[in-house]
Amino acid sequence: MIVDVNVSLSRWPMRRLPCDEPAKLVERLRRWGVDQAWVGSFDGLFHRDAAGVNARLVEECGRWPKGFLVPFGTVNPMLPDWEEDLRRCHEVHGMPGIRLHPNYHGYKLDDAVCEKLLVEAERRGLLVQLAPRVDDVRVQYHLVRVPDTDLKPLADLAARHARLRLMLLNGLRSAKDPLPAPLLEAKNVTFDIAMLELVGGIGHLLHRRKVPAERVVFGSNLPFYNLESALLKLQESDLAQAELAAICGENARRLLAAKGPPG
Amino acid sequence: MSLPLDGITRRQLLVGSASATAALAAGPLLASAPPTPRPPGRVWDCHVHLTGVEGTPEERVRQLLKYADRVGVDRLVLSLGCTIQPDPSPEQLRQANDEVLRAMRVAPDRLFGYAYLNPRHGEASLHELDRCVRDGPMVGAKLLTAVACNDRRLDPLLQRLAELKGVLLQHTFFHAGGNAPNESTPAQLAELAARHPSVPMIGAHAGGDWEQGVRAVRSRPNVCVDLSGSDPCAGIADTAVRELGVERVVWGSDAGGRSFASQLGKVLGSELSEAEKRQVLGANLERLLTPVLAMKGNKR
Repeated sequence: MIVDVNVSLSRWPMRRLPCDEPAKLVERLRRWGVDQAWVGSFDGLFHRDAAGVNARLVEECGRWPKGFLVPFGTVNPMLPDWEEDLRRCHEVHGMPGIRLHPNYHGYKLDDAVCEKLLVEAERRGLLVQLAPRVDDVRVQYHLVRVPDTDLKPLADLAARHARLRLMLLNGLRSAKDPLPAPLLEAKNVTFDIAMLELVGGIGHLLHRRKVPAERVVFGSNLPFYNLESALLKLQESDLAQAELAAICGENARRLLAAKGPPG
Repeated sequence: MSLPLDGITRRQLLVGSASATAALAAGPLLASAPPTPRPPGRVWDCHVHLTGVEGTPEERVRQLLKYADRVGVDRLVLSLGCTIQPDPSPEQLRQANDEVLRAMRVAPDRLFGYAYLNPRHGEASLHELDRCVRDGPMVGAKLLTAVACNDRRLDPLLQRLAELKGVLLQHTFFHAGGNAPNESTPAQLAELAARHPSVPMIGAHAGGDWEQGVRAVRSRPNVCVDLSGSDPCAGIADTAVRELGVERVVWGSDAGGRSFASQLGKVLGSELSEAEKRQVLGANLERLLTPVLAMKGNKR
């Protein structure tokens, strides 16, 4: 039972991707036994009409069996009246969470507006997916150079809002030096494996860096990345069956069911 | 770990067997999940370092082989030693190559090596080529970032490499913000390839920015690209094969800093045919290494 928490619909503006049509994306997910995908939209990174982006996302997810594609709307707090976008995600679309892209939207985690957004998400019980990066800054298109989000302020934010459920997408890079210790220790923050690197990287993260398996989730960054890369990471690491089960789906399902911080 | 396999675990299955193929008989990742992606044939990794793991060279390579086995990688070509020196002295070159030679002895039937060279130290590099390739078990040369690869100081090294029928693995990158001093671009590799058309060359990382990288070397038939060391972007293998032809794309991981898994997914998640995947994952590198191995009288 696999839940992929890091999937996107629509087109990447700089390149066609093999699975950027919903039917192909769904076929790929099903091929490898993914039972549920948490889905944002690439449009959310670039479009100012966030309300339209989120409405289309919900419409597309609704074309597939209920619960297979779970929409996570984009909220950009640099846009006027972003609060209404957040309200619609929650009250109109019934989304379980939202997805944030601070680097593409041009704010920092210690900007006041960021905390204001997190407070409102916490109040509504929305799960917040935060992507500090989507692509590799070394090879970005020359007109779209977007530095990674600085995650240093995040541990303090997580501590101040202990009921907020935060999930970092693409946050882990090398398992040798994954993230600042306070962030790895923050109990209300979970991490996906989409950009995790190192031979045996998941095992290293769990067994050497002592990150509990309960705080690691399966995410692929499909269709920007190949789903197969994330699946093979599970195979490469020496993981107990219970750890695999937690990462592949149990943690995500528990998060979706919860209204507060995990555990 | 105890993954079920008819009463035995995957670990037990691997005891006494170095075969990556055996590892892949281990079945599904989870009891209720479908099979995980599996290579369709032999997998030869053209780009591996002794980094990302710890201990002596022997200990490091044993760890690498353990992970390679878990995802079905059969053979590894090692280079650079335990510590990556971007501009090594002659002494550091020798040490790096000695570390690779030590690692290769752990599993000589599965491990190859490239001699690390620095064109700033021409005589020392020629000596290393002779020591490690002509008189030793290595199959080619590795160049990193000490000198841009279109530099004339490479010519004597490439001439010797041609005599030895060895392969060149050259680091290449197109950085969005501009390359580091002396970090080679794929375009510079194309210049080198034009001067030495008889030397098979591998442009590492497909130039990082692979959409530009494959274009830059497209006109040079003696240049292949490897798919190593970048994020597992969908489309990289398909694009490289479309633009260069399937015979000019080889698979590499850049393990241990990168995972075998993420890099293998670039090919296993591609839309290439099974035959094309077999070629990219193993057969092409095997073909590139055949002349130097034949010269050594090695069996594959």
